[in-house]
Amino acid sequence: MSGGRLRTPLAKIEGLGSAKAGTLHFWHQRMTAVALVPLSVWFVASALAYVGAEQGAVAAYFAEPVNGVLMFLFVVASTYHMSLGLQTIVEDYVHQEGRKIAALMLNRFAAWAIGAASLFALIRMVFAGR
Amino acid sequence: MDEGPHSPTPQPRSSGQTRVRPLSPHLSIYRWPITMAASITHRATGIALSAGTLLLAWWLIAAATGPEAYAVFAAVARGLPGQIVLFGFLWSLAFHLLSGIRHLAWDVGYGFKVPAAKMTAALVYVGSLILAVSAFAVGLMVRGGLGT
Repeated sequence: MSGGRLRTPLAKIEGLGSAKAGTLHFWHQRMTAVALVPLSVWFVASALAYVGAEQGAVAAYFAEPVNGVLMFLFVVASTYHMSLGLQTIVEDYVHQEGRKIAALMLNRFAAWAIGAASLFALIRMVFAGR
Repeated sequence: MDEGPHSPTPQPRSSGQTRVRPLSPHLSIYRWPITMAASITHRATGIALSAGTLLLAWWLIAAATGPEAYAVFAAVARGLPGQIVLFGFLWSLAFHLLSGIRHLAWDVGYGFKVPAAKMTAALVYVGSLILAVSAFAVGLMVRGGLGT
């Protein structure tokens, strides 16, 4: 059992840490994808019916409990799915470590900002009629 | 780019010499198979839909703010550039949805054979165009829809 020829590539990666979160990213991307299949069909139907409507009609539509809840779920699932997808693109194309960390951070900040702004507007419509 | 798996880094050999190993041809050399085009279009439509979430946020914020703010949004949406963007959004969503279902089928083990992969890629292109055109047409017809 002498020596180098039996050494596996294990030594090259020891001490570099784990691959971080394992399959969590993959699994969350698939869960949000499955959820978005029916949600985006509902969203397109709603958008086609209401994008050109009066402001009051749009606000009243989203104030309906079922529509409010579905829109809430659509915003959460789509902004989360978006952040997971854009993260993959950053990890594929940005190799310089500092730039990569900045881009990954910016990606999550943007997703949270867009999601929070959309949900704030939605909640405002839901409570506007009370 | 220079750290990718295909970069011509000299590989150490057991004898201690190094040489540049042959590489597989890169993107620009291949004639694009439809499966490759579908893969890249899936990613591109994902990026387009990410930009689309800004429009979604604008729509909701305008509707929550009041008639004046909504009038600005509605005027842009009714204009020709707005209609083009809306069609692009519809097609991107239709493509990403159908292509996403194709990916989910792969995840559970279906459709990996080359003829099947080619056929489903073509179906995603044709299906997404049909879906987008019919959704846009329905939007033009319904009262209060996309049209003026």
